Amino acid sequence: MAWDWEFTGRIIPDLLSGLVVTVQATVLGYALALVLGLAVALVRRVPVVGPLLHAVMEFIRCTPLLVQLVFVFTLAPGGISAFTIGFLVLGVHYAAYTAEVYRSGIEGVPPGQWEASRALSLPAHRTWGAVVLPQAVRRVIPALGNYLIAMFKDTPLLFAITVGELMYQASRIGGVYFRYLEAMTLVGLFFLLVSVPSAVLIRRLERRYAAV
Amino acid sequence: MEFFIDRFPLYLSGAGVTLTITLIGAALAFVLAMAVGVLGTMRNPVARGVATFYTETFRGIAALVLMYWMAFAIPQLTPYEFDPMFAAILALGLNIGAYGAEVVRGAVNAVPRAQIEATIALNMSWARRTWSVVLPQAWAQMLPTFGNLVIELMKATAIVSLIGVTDLTRVAQEQRSATGETILAFSSALVMYFVIAQALILGVRLLERRANRRLGRAPEGGSGLLALLRPPPVTATGGGR
Amino acid sequence: MPQSDLLPGGAPGAGGPLIRFDGVVKRFGANTVLDELDFTVDAGERVTLIGPSGSGKTTILRLLMTLEKVTGGVIWVNGEPLSHMRGKGGLVRAGEKHQREVRKRIGMVFQQFNLFPNMTVRQNVTEGPIHSLGVSRDEANQRAEELLDLVGLGEKIDAHPTRLSGGQQQRVAIARALAMRPEILLLDEVTSALDPELVSGVLDVLRGIAESTDITMLCVTHEMHFARDVSHRVLMFDQGKIVEEGPPEQIFGDPREERTRTFLHAVLDHG
Repeated sequence: MAWDWEFTGRIIPDLLSGLVVTVQATVLGYALALVLGLAVALVRRVPVVGPLLHAVMEFIRCTPLLVQLVFVFTLAPGGISAFTIGFLVLGVHYAAYTAEVYRSGIEGVPPGQWEASRALSLPAHRTWGAVVLPQAVRRVIPALGNYLIAMFKDTPLLFAITVGELMYQASRIGGVYFRYLEAMTLVGLFFLLVSVPSAVLIRRLERRYAAV
Repeated sequence: MEFFIDRFPLYLSGAGVTLTITLIGAALAFVLAMAVGVLGTMRNPVARGVATFYTETFRGIAALVLMYWMAFAIPQLTPYEFDPMFAAILALGLNIGAYGAEVVRGAVNAVPRAQIEATIALNMSWARRTWSVVLPQAWAQMLPTFGNLVIELMKATAIVSLIGVTDLTRVAQEQRSATGETILAFSSALVMYFVIAQALILGVRLLERRANRRLGRAPEGGSGLLALLRPPPVTATGGGR
Repeated sequence: MPQSDLLPGGAPGAGGPLIRFDGVVKRFGANTVLDELDFTVDAGERVTLIGPSGSGKTTILRLLMTLEKVTGGVIWVNGEPLSHMRGKGGLVRAGEKHQREVRKRIGMVFQQFNLFPNMTVRQNVTEGPIHSLGVSRDEANQRAEELLDLVGLGEKIDAHPTRLSGGQQQRVAIARALAMRPEILLLDEVTSALDPELVSGVLDVLRGIAESTDITMLCVTHEMHFARDVSHRVLMFDQGKIVEEGPPEQIFGDPREERTRTFLHAVLDHG
């Protein structure tokens, strides 16, 4: 069975609607990962609670996203949509990564900056909000960008919990028509179309923010 | 606890499958990473083009998509059919190998220019220089990121459960269906994944110490088993993805 | 140190100079480092290059070691073009194979030693002979032992280079260069990276080699006493040109050029 162009044309609308869901899940999950990761990085500095939270995050980071997704999906009460569970789990999973990125950024702020803040008797919220975090976040922008791409590439896992994203649409089409070639190839191409330009963009970001 | 003890043999065989796919996939990824990574450092534009094509393609496509493509599109395109396990290992190896190739390329390029000049002064051939000077020195720098990648590979093996391989994830799902004990069934699997990850981290850390000793560097954070258990330094460049 | 067949001799009687720079130009971008440079070195001659930093001395050694490519002109070694090879209708830029052939005659010791940290001292010294020259492992080992004895580090043969002091590392680097039996030895500020108390040990080794062999040496150094003791001829460089040349007694005792005088003044005041 060779490539069928007419069939390809017919399935593209379904795939595109899947792509929209993929992008939505990525954006929401990433926003959660950015905020939650920063919160985790800050709480980690608190005694007792910090190390505990770190252990939890380490556990999340060392176990498969797929299992976490299926686990939470199975446990969750009815009424919460698969999509919501999907982007929440995705966001929490990636928060375990972004927290480490923020941490390294905070540790990378030179000690002199802390000392200068203390010398000026800045209150804690100014030290963090106006001195440390702006510098820390700036230097980790490329690393955070890498995780956006990584997360985008992990969204196909959501199809395992029936979120109607790209992979789900492709495998549904494959199941209905007993033709996987066109749909699966297109999914691969869609991913390449997004991944390759964004990798180029990240490299540009790295050059721009590297010399901070 | 009783749940886990009763089903321990089942989980163990699932973990065995997970570990097998991880190790064979890692071996494939390692070979690809080394070969393509070194290609990427050559001056020949064809070699570099091949390396860029490989890394951009296989980093760009998620391993899950690749695995499905191999498992379902290939039989449609050709008279051949891949064993699911084989498709999974190939997809994971190609995917992680592409990340690894970038690590190898970066580490090789980071070997100081002065070391290359010394090999020229000793009239060494490109092959000899790469084999006996460049790669041994780059090796120590590759290892920490390779460690992250092997964890990513191990986690990604869970996708094989979707095409019918009875790995740890599949065992957990089967046990959940059989018993209805969602929390026990899945947390048992998660704990086993975590244990495998810690074992892999420890293994890579041992390799790192050996590599640094060979370069005459003292291990960071002192010696002894305790130092091995400390969390690894995470760099701002992230987990190799 | 007795004369021995351990150390390489000068060039076989080829007649003519061993090294010839023929209108050599080297530019880095808009910056001209060597400007139409002509000079020759005879077999067995020991030549010291002095001059302010940035005057192109090190570049000359790096060009000879093929670490840099000439922008213009030709470098000849023993009558063979180094940077070029004979091709159709004259000289063409040298390929890797030709360069490896000509490079066999030349060894270099670097300012920062550049020992391989992934190898022991022994492996550092035997790597080149075994894998570039095709010497047998036994022979290379024996020679490594002899050369390390010569530089006073026989007992460190199985040590790791990072465990050695800077002076010891540099002596290993000298042994490593000599193991290749070069006709020409290039010494690029070999004591500049060393703590002051380690300098004399390295210079003594080099003096010994100079006295007991007729290996051709090109030496860039700020150690004027060493230059005076060891060299047959001194070349004073400034801005990519030779300002003055002559025997060390004359250059150091009675420099003719003002530029040489001010340079020596500045160096000796600091030294």
